[in-house]
Amino acid sequence: MTTAQQVITILLVVLGTMATRFLPFLIFPEGKTPPALILRLGKVLPYAAIGLLVVYCLKDAVAPPDYGLAEGIAIAAVVLIHRWKHSTLLSIGTGTVLYMLLVQYVF
Amino acid sequence: MKRKAFQAALPHTLPICVGFLFLGMSYGFLMRSKGFPFYYPLLMSLFIFAGSMEFVTVNLLLSTFQPVYAFLLTLMVNARHIFYGISMLETYRGIGWKKFYLIYGMCDESFSINCSTTPPPGVDKSWFMFFVTLLNHIYWVTGATLGALLGYVIHFDTTGIEFVMTALFVVIFLDQWEQGGDHKAALTGVACAGLCLVIFGSQSFILPAMLLMVMCFSLGKGRKEEA
Repeated sequence: MTTAQQVITILLVVLGTMATRFLPFLIFPEGKTPPALILRLGKVLPYAAIGLLVVYCLKDAVAPPDYGLAEGIAIAAVVLIHRWKHSTLLSIGTGTVLYMLLVQYVF
Repeated sequence: MKRKAFQAALPHTLPICVGFLFLGMSYGFLMRSKGFPFYYPLLMSLFIFAGSMEFVTVNLLLSTFQPVYAFLLTLMVNARHIFYGISMLETYRGIGWKKFYLIYGMCDESFSINCSTTPPPGVDKSWFMFFVTLLNHIYWVTGATLGALLGYVIHFDTTGIEFVMTALFVVIFLDQWEQGGDHKAALTGVACAGLCLVIFGSQSFILPAMLLMVMCFSLGKGRKEEA
């Protein structure tokens, strides 16, 4: 990617983000009620999008040399530690360090 | 008036300060380890100010140039903001220029404080919300920039550091799940994405997955109304 392409990509991400933030205020300026489908999508997409992002992160995981085993082990660790301590920083920190050790020294 | 609002807002943002510095630093450090100079994470955290999407943007910048895809992916990942906006339509009404910044900086954390916290008596609500948003914004940009700067001085094998993004989303997924979020919607997201990944492959599964999801939710609504 050239620098110009990078700048355009970043600007489009900014534009997309701002569209999601400003849209309701532009469409419903005077307390107009949004259509039911929009309200429903607004309620379910936050959950579905995170599910999508988890899959997105793992999209290239099933490949040699370990066929996703490092990801599997590290995610299991994140889940266990998070259910145990409920500390976002501890879960992410431990999971990432474990994953780095696995891909650097084990697989 | 401003001083009082600032003093009321600050304690509410301290837990977020810790989280944003940590996550922001890992984001900045990740950007640096992928070869980007420090002003990339600085400017991106300042202007995008949507953590999940900034992590995703690292991937976008490292792959081939796909502008439409980048824009649609952003809409999808940040679709939750539409819901935040709808809930803040009333609250943000009639507060003048601050409204623009409050909408601009409406990240998850600022939203969760601003929609749930009533400032103490005598504190102006619009200035309170303004400082909550501004402080969170400052923490995030500071974290991202510090992380990238650290990347210049600390050198170690960073292979695998991108897992910080996977771990982040797994943790958000778990939190949503345990806090009584919409389990069906979460599973629909995973199922649609997984199915489309198998069918379309890792380079082009996101857009079909989004379409499939919106279709599922639209049809699901139809069924509910009949019942």
